[in-house]
Amino acid sequence: MGLTRAFAVFLRQVFLFKSNPTRLTSLFLWLIIDIVQWGFISKYLGSIGQSTFGLITAILGAIVLWGFVVRIQQGIMTSFLEDVWSQNFVNFFASPLTIVEYLSGLVITSIVTSLAGFIMVVIIAGVAFGYNVFTVGLMLIPFMAILLIFAMAMGIFISGVIFRLGPSAEWLGWPIPLVLSIFSCVFYPVTTLPTALQVIARLIPASYVFESLRHLISARAISPGLGSHLLLGALLALVYLAIAYMFFIRVYRRNLENGTIARFSAEAW
Amino acid sequence: MTGETALKIQQLTKDYGPVRAVDHISFTIEGGSIMGLLGPNGAGKSTTINMILGILRPTEGTIEIFGKSMVSHRAAISCNVNFAAVYAHMPLNLTVRQNLRIFGLLYGVKRLHERIDELLAQFDLVKFASTKAGLLSSGELSRLSLAKAVINSPRLLLLDEPTASLDPSVAEIVRETIKDYVTQTGTAVLWTSHNMREIEAVCDHVLFLSHGSILLEGNPRALPSEYGKGDLEELFIAVAREPLSLREE
Repeated sequence: MGLTRAFAVFLRQVFLFKSNPTRLTSLFLWLIIDIVQWGFISKYLGSIGQSTFGLITAILGAIVLWGFVVRIQQGIMTSFLEDVWSQNFVNFFASPLTIVEYLSGLVITSIVTSLAGFIMVVIIAGVAFGYNVFTVGLMLIPFMAILLIFAMAMGIFISGVIFRLGPSAEWLGWPIPLVLSIFSCVFYPVTTLPTALQVIARLIPASYVFESLRHLISARAISPGLGSHLLLGALLALVYLAIAYMFFIRVYRRNLENGTIARFSAEAW
Repeated sequence: MTGETALKIQQLTKDYGPVRAVDHISFTIEGGSIMGLLGPNGAGKSTTINMILGILRPTEGTIEIFGKSMVSHRAAISCNVNFAAVYAHMPLNLTVRQNLRIFGLLYGVKRLHERIDELLAQFDLVKFASTKAGLLSSGELSRLSLAKAVINSPRLLLLDEPTASLDPSVAEIVRETIKDYVTQTGTAVLWTSHNMREIEAVCDHVLFLSHGSILLEGNPRALPSEYGKGDLEELFIAVAREPLSLREE
């Protein structure tokens, strides 16, 4: 894999952010709204309840980590859409750029922009609501790693769907995080869901992370089963990443076959 | 000409479902020569170019570039190939310099900043270096596409109507620039155009495509008289309107 070419894909996005600062609002604005709104809601709920459970910690932790997932998924998708909107596929795919390099460039872009958003909401949550994301200690690393892999899988899969169905399919991409948040059990335990939906939740890697996060906050200790629980989540996330990658490759080959790459534009669908 | 076979196409065919867009065409281009690919709209010119670029898979046939199969060595071959086409937009939300930097990185260009400065001067784009491509006139945009097309000093250059949106004066400058470039570097060029005077002035050899097949080929300055036509434009019109009668000749 050519790192220089993956860097070129990343640099293109950096130039876009530099040239138009309004694009930065998409990185930060929704995260700020979420953290401020949920910060006040959880503060209020905490004030009326007698629970010893760290409500602010649980809700804001969930908001910060789910925001990271959403930014990664949408970061990959919007970077891909930039190439759709600028009808850039002919220039890119006629160059030595390979699909792995192209997807790596999109992923690097989304990781950098998402980490910028993550750091900002951590600061706001700390200053405004006294929340410290690092209270979960080193467990934050596996939590974020699983969420990152899962979000990459979602972002690549949705980009593949748009590549397959045409630019108008971007409308499928925006509500995906909302739908998945239900089954990821971001704000409630898996057992809250009806039995049939719990089966779906068990297939979503993020649900293992948020279950573990709540357990860690309530028990204030790492339970013996936590490792295997997270391992299962990580394996699921890796499987989804492999499936998403293979799906994208399959769509790319199909588009090579039928000529879609040469005429991939919003007007052609 | 350098004698090196830059491009060898054999029995190249492309079907879109029941429609055959390109039908068993074969030709070669040697280094240092400019071949014109002519034909009416829908004749299969852009389909052929897209297959050579590796963004469209042939149904049948082979494409060899510098002796290697395009299908199995795409990434390696692409470093020595480049193109400019009216339908391939440069990202309009990047500046001229940013565009050249991105494509320079993609093509692995050494001493990129120096190369970009050279190209800005060569294609008269210095004063637009920090201008977004979307703010350029169509002529300036064409020059940017051409600068991108030669950024990696390609040994095979594909130009799909490179002067289509240029005024005659700028088109003449572009033609001369490309001819000089070919003379200096020995690059092989495949050039499509609907401007027959341009083809006569620039190309060493032409292929006329009609309904995906090669109908005629030869020297663009000698071909019209061989078919009893006054000039290349007249021959083009005959190819477009009465291809069967020419095939019989």
